[in-house]
Amino acid sequence: MKLPGIPAIPASEITPRELFYQRRHFMQLALGGSAALLAGTAVGGEKLASSLSEAYGLTDKLTPLEDVSQYNNFYEFDTSKEGPAKMAGRLKTRPWTVSVEGEVRKPKQFAIEDLLKLAPMQERIYRLRCVEAWSMVIPWLGYPLAELLKQVEPTSDARYVEFVSLQDPEQLPGQRRAVLEWPYREGLRIDEAMHPLALLTFGLYGEVLPNQNGAPVRMVVPWKYGFKSAKSIVKIRLLKQQPTTSWMQAGPNEYGFYANVNPEVDHPRWSQAKERRLGEFLKRPTLPFNGYAEQVAGLYAGMDLTKNF
Amino acid sequence: MNWKTLDDTQLRRLKALVFLTALLPLALLMAAAWQDNLGANPIEKITHNTGYWTLTLLLISLGVTPLRQLSGANWLFRLRRMLGLFAFFYACLHFLTYLVLDQFFDWSAIAKDILKRPYITVGFAAFVLLIPLAVTSTNAMQRRLGGKNWKRLHSLVYLIASAGVVHFAWLVKKDLSRPLLFGGILALLLALRWFYKLKSARLRRSYSSV
Repeated sequence: MKLPGIPAIPASEITPRELFYQRRHFMQLALGGSAALLAGTAVGGEKLASSLSEAYGLTDKLTPLEDVSQYNNFYEFDTSKEGPAKMAGRLKTRPWTVSVEGEVRKPKQFAIEDLLKLAPMQERIYRLRCVEAWSMVIPWLGYPLAELLKQVEPTSDARYVEFVSLQDPEQLPGQRRAVLEWPYREGLRIDEAMHPLALLTFGLYGEVLPNQNGAPVRMVVPWKYGFKSAKSIVKIRLLKQQPTTSWMQAGPNEYGFYANVNPEVDHPRWSQAKERRLGEFLKRPTLPFNGYAEQVAGLYAGMDLTKNF
Repeated sequence: MNWKTLDDTQLRRLKALVFLTALLPLALLMAAAWQDNLGANPIEKITHNTGYWTLTLLLISLGVTPLRQLSGANWLFRLRRMLGLFAFFYACLHFLTYLVLDQFFDWSAIAKDILKRPYITVGFAAFVLLIPLAVTSTNAMQRRLGGKNWKRLHSLVYLIASAGVVHFAWLVKKDLSRPLLFGGILALLLALRWFYKLKSARLRRSYSSV
C-alpha cells in the first residue's frame, strides 16, 4: 500500500528489501562482535520487534548504521560529532520513567517498559535534515506520539507540547558547561504533536536506540530540523502557552519555535537551499518540509513561514 | 654547545625537521582518507582539519618573534618564512577543499556564499590577503620592496589571523571554546609584540638622551 501523500522516489534510490535485511544482518553480526569487545559501552544491540510500516517504508537509500551511530549532535555528551558515541556509555537507560503532565485529565508517570508496550512498534524510514545542512536516512522504530497523548487525555487548553530531556551532569558530562540552557527543552504545537508522522521513537535499525542517538526514548519529527527532535526524554508537558526552547534561548534570531525544513529561509549565517546527504558527494537540493510537504504543509496554511521560522 | 646559536649544518637539519613536521597533519589526513577513516562526513572533516592547521601554523609563525625575544635564540627567526608558507599551504588546501569537494565548482553558489555569508566573506578575504605575503616571501622580493615596505606589508598577517579567528567563530553553531582559544593566543601574541615595541622605543629614547 502506498499512501497518497508519500512522494515518489526513483527506484534507483530504493534499497531492495532483501538487500536491506542482508546488510542489517551483517551489521548486527558486526555489532555483536564489537559489543563483546566493548562490553559496557554504548552499543546496545538489544533487538526490538516491530513491523515495517509499508506506508513509510519506501524511501531513499539508508545511511549506514555506523554513520547514524557515530556522527551525532548530542551536546549533553559533547559538542563534537564523534564525542557522543565515545561518552554515551555513562548514560543509564534503566530504570527510566517519562512523566506526562500539564493540561491533561490523566497525568501519569510511564515506566519505559510500559511505554514500549503501549502501542504496536512500527519501523519507519525517515529523512533527517540537520540545521547544519547535512542529512541522513534512518529506519526508526516507534509509534506516533498521538498514541501516548491520547492516554492522558489533553484538555482543550492543551495547545502546545513541551519535551524535557534528562538533566544529570554525572551521566551527561556535556552539561557541566552551559553551552545551552539545561535541561534541553523542545516543543511542538499540539496539532504537530498529534500528526501521524511525529514519532515517539525507541529504536533504529531493528534495535533499541544507541545511547548517543537519544536512548531510551526520543522524538523524531521528520519535517523539522533535527534539533526539534528531543532526545532522552523524561518529561512531556502539555501547555497553554508556547514554550521557549533551549535553542530559541541560545539564538532567538537563528532558531525559531517552528524550525520547519525550508530551503527558502536561510539560517542567518548559512544557506539552507542545499544539503549534503551523508555518503554522497554532490549536494542535493533541500525539499520544503524535508519532502513531507504533502502531509504537513496544511498545518501551516496562512502562516508567514519567513517570520515563523 | 650553546643552544642559542646554531651553525649552518644544525640549522639545515632543523629546517628539514620542521619541514617534515609541518607536513605531518597532511600525511595523517591522507592516511585517514586512504583507510576510509574520516567518519560519516569526510568533506566536513577535511575542511575543518585544513582550516585548523592553517590557523595553528599562522599562530605558530606569529609566535616566532616573541619567542626569539624571550629566549634570545636568533635562529628561530630563520624558521619564520617556512612556517608562514606552510600556513599558506594549508590555507590553499582549505580553500581547494571548499572549491572542489564542498561546492564542486558551483560558481554561483560560491559567489553567493562570499557575498552573503559573513564567515565566508571574512575567510575568503583572509585567504586573498595571504597571497601577496606568500608571493613576497623570497629574499629577492624582500630586497625589491625594501625592508620598511616589506615589513609594513607583512604586518597584514595580524589582520589575516584575526580574520581567520573571526571566520572560525562565526561558523560554529554554539560552542565557541575553540575559536576563543585561538583568539586568546592571538591576543597574547599581539600584546607581546606591542610590549617589545614599546620597550625598544623606550630603549632608543634613553640612548638618544645620553
